[in-house]
Amino acid sequence: MATYILKRFLQLLPVFIGATFLVYFLVFSLPGDPIAALFGDKPVNAAVAAKLRSQYHLDQPFIVQYLLYLKSIFTFDLGQDFSGRSIAAVLGEVFPVTARLAVMALIFEGVFGIAFGLVAGLRKGKFFDGTVLIASLIVIGIPIFVLGFLLQFFIGVQLGWAKPTVSSAASVQDLILPAIVLGLASFAYVLRLTRTSVIENMNADYVRTATAKGLSRFRVVNVHILRNSLIPVITFLGADLGTLMGGAIVTEGIFNVPGVGNRLYRAVLSGEGPTVVSIVTVLVLIYCVSNLIVDLLYAWLDPRIRYDS
Amino acid sequence: MRFSRTSKALGVAAILALAMSGCSGGSGNSSSSSTGNSNKVIIADGSEPQRPIMPADINEVGGGKIGTLIFAGLVSYDANGKSVNELADSIQAPDAQHFTIKIKKDQKFTNGEAITAKTFVDSWNFGAAAKNAQLSATFFESIKGYDEASATGSTVTTMSGLKVVDDTTFTVELKQPESDWPLRLGYTAFMPVPSAALADPKTYGEKPVGNGPYKMAENGWQHNVQISLVPNPDYNGPRKAKNGGITFKIYQNDDAAYQDLLSNNLDVLQTIPTSAVANFKSDLGDRSIEKPYAGNQTIAIPEYLPAWSGEAGKLRRQAISMAINRDEITKVIFSGGRQPAKDFTSPVLDGYSDNVPGSDNLKFDAAKAKELWAKADAIQKWDPNTTFTIAYNADKGGHKAWVDAVTNQLKNNLGIKAEGLSFPTFKEARDLATSGKLTGAIRAGWQADYPSLYNFLGPIYKTGAGSNDARYDNPAFNKAISDGLSASSVADGNKAMNKAQEILLQDLPAIPLWYQVAQGGWSTNVSNVDYGWDGVPLYYDITGK
Repeated sequence: MATYILKRFLQLLPVFIGATFLVYFLVFSLPGDPIAALFGDKPVNAAVAAKLRSQYHLDQPFIVQYLLYLKSIFTFDLGQDFSGRSIAAVLGEVFPVTARLAVMALIFEGVFGIAFGLVAGLRKGKFFDGTVLIASLIVIGIPIFVLGFLLQFFIGVQLGWAKPTVSSAASVQDLILPAIVLGLASFAYVLRLTRTSVIENMNADYVRTATAKGLSRFRVVNVHILRNSLIPVITFLGADLGTLMGGAIVTEGIFNVPGVGNRLYRAVLSGEGPTVVSIVTVLVLIYCVSNLIVDLLYAWLDPRIRYDS
Repeated sequence: MRFSRTSKALGVAAILALAMSGCSGGSGNSSSSSTGNSNKVIIADGSEPQRPIMPADINEVGGGKIGTLIFAGLVSYDANGKSVNELADSIQAPDAQHFTIKIKKDQKFTNGEAITAKTFVDSWNFGAAAKNAQLSATFFESIKGYDEASATGSTVTTMSGLKVVDDTTFTVELKQPESDWPLRLGYTAFMPVPSAALADPKTYGEKPVGNGPYKMAENGWQHNVQISLVPNPDYNGPRKAKNGGITFKIYQNDDAAYQDLLSNNLDVLQTIPTSAVANFKSDLGDRSIEKPYAGNQTIAIPEYLPAWSGEAGKLRRQAISMAINRDEITKVIFSGGRQPAKDFTSPVLDGYSDNVPGSDNLKFDAAKAKELWAKADAIQKWDPNTTFTIAYNADKGGHKAWVDAVTNQLKNNLGIKAEGLSFPTFKEARDLATSGKLTGAIRAGWQADYPSLYNFLGPIYKTGAGSNDARYDNPAFNKAISDGLSASSVADGNKAMNKAQEILLQDLPAIPLWYQVAQGGWSTNVSNVDYGWDGVPLYYDITGK
């Protein structure tokens, strides 16, 4: 097991190098001169522009810029953004907010998705099942920004149950509505995935055996059906955490959440290579690690799965 | 259309969401009870400053809003764009070139440091020197010695035109006479900074110390979230704070800010988002404002393009200008959010005139336009297969709608091919303009840095000027401008500027379209909201209810 984990961590290294290189190259290839853009409509002051270019290594060829960036990573100093602030500090501000939002969305979609899916699966073909299926289809069908704007307008502005945007603290309470919006589509997927998986397992031999043994319905459902049904769901949820963090740009925009998406969007627009790469790299790492955790969870859910070294 | 289809779904989704979240209500509708006094902290919208707060490094609205409130310069501008003395006692120059500036006694920064003539000289020298790479360094270009200090790689850190006479007096020598130079002194670049700022600008820029009507609250700058200002009790100028402070909440988009305004979570919204322009007056009633400010929109047509040079080019530009129905576009596309342009400047400026000779060229007249176009064709044939393009940036500003409207009018009224040419970002469109590689027209706009007619003319149309996208080059115009600059009074200068405009109105290096109009709104918690000449609310005047 330990060897397995070590191996997986070693695999992160090429992923890390590849991701940073690719993203750095993409930002480098963006058309337009980011320093000239700092001057807006005004004439570019050549002396000032030259000074800033050398400060951000923008006067160097691509490969030198990239290697300098890699060097800065390994010395734990990610450099500065255009406002002269340390990128490490910027990451420290935005990631906790988005992590909070993504984890809340994940809990929402996990807890409610599995619960609704389980009940729907157990009552296959009944009224509840039908309602939930239609509702989930609608949720999947509507783009996230439409749902976001509508919920913001009706719940935030018309009813006044929540603030339309998050407060400066971006507290858990503020993030409830954005988290629901963010998790809504995935919630529908989790629900449908759980339902299908439960229906499949209900007909399995071991469930029939468990019932025949005289086990309580509660035990049959929780231990035999649910636990076995969770493997595909957990796979989905694990992959979804990364998606939620990176994909929160739209939701963050609607609810004005001061998180990763907001900063990333601004950094892309202003062509701040190191900021973009740093943010994306952390996102990639989160994605990899959450997938590793999912793989490890398999063994816990289904003892038949073993990790051989 | 989409709404009706999805509204049912919304109901289900909303019920689902609420049922599942248990009690998502939480905060409820507890808008702070209005106290009806000057202690109310005003919540306004802002954007994250691009650079640390250093006066000469401020180059965009996010930092500009903060800078104008935490600093006080020699002069400031009142609501009508008139410049009034703030720290200055007197600014005099008999020849519009050698200025003697006297400042008021006993002025202090909020850290207790005294503000003397030397403070100003040091601050300005710092701002101009290439070594310090300040984005707004160009503002000092009129001062003698600027060129030496600002040259690439220069180690000169002082300008020879600045001399301290005594504690409260200093002299400024300009390179040439500029009658409107004192008007510039209210711009953020000219604000004084304490000595600590010059020693360590980076640390200072995070926690700036100024001398304006407000000061930064303790840990007031939460990056990307909000910036809190509190009144400066020692400030005694004309912009005394009438509220308990201002918190600039940083928004990523105006739509979110507008929702906050509707639910009283935001007190003042500077700019109504495009999506709400059609209905903000009915949403807000008398809590809204529409007021022109010192900005305009034009389309610049570069003279280096063969089809647009010489006499034929001039006639064609006049034809284009007359083929555009400005009244219709401002009404239909902007719902009155713009005013048709009648000159190259802005109606909020001192010296503005709506009937400068030649302004008829900006009036819609399809028949005359066709006639002029035919005249141009007689000189130099227009290839009917070429398309007249207007380049614009699609990332912000909502330019597509009006560019399409203008090109459609050109198609209909002149019978030529015309279309918009969109660029994903502002910087790409700008790159083309600054490198002189435009293939057609480009949208251009100007927002004045200080309220002066010259600011709308000199920096854009003078030969070799930095923002001369059209590469316009007319010695007669240059001469008219320098005549205006050497005038002995601002009033005489303005007359000369309008003379210069007569030349522009014939040549039309850029075609003025409309004047910008500020559209804003406020919550039920505040009153006394008015906008300044620059389209920014006069935050210091706002009170709670």
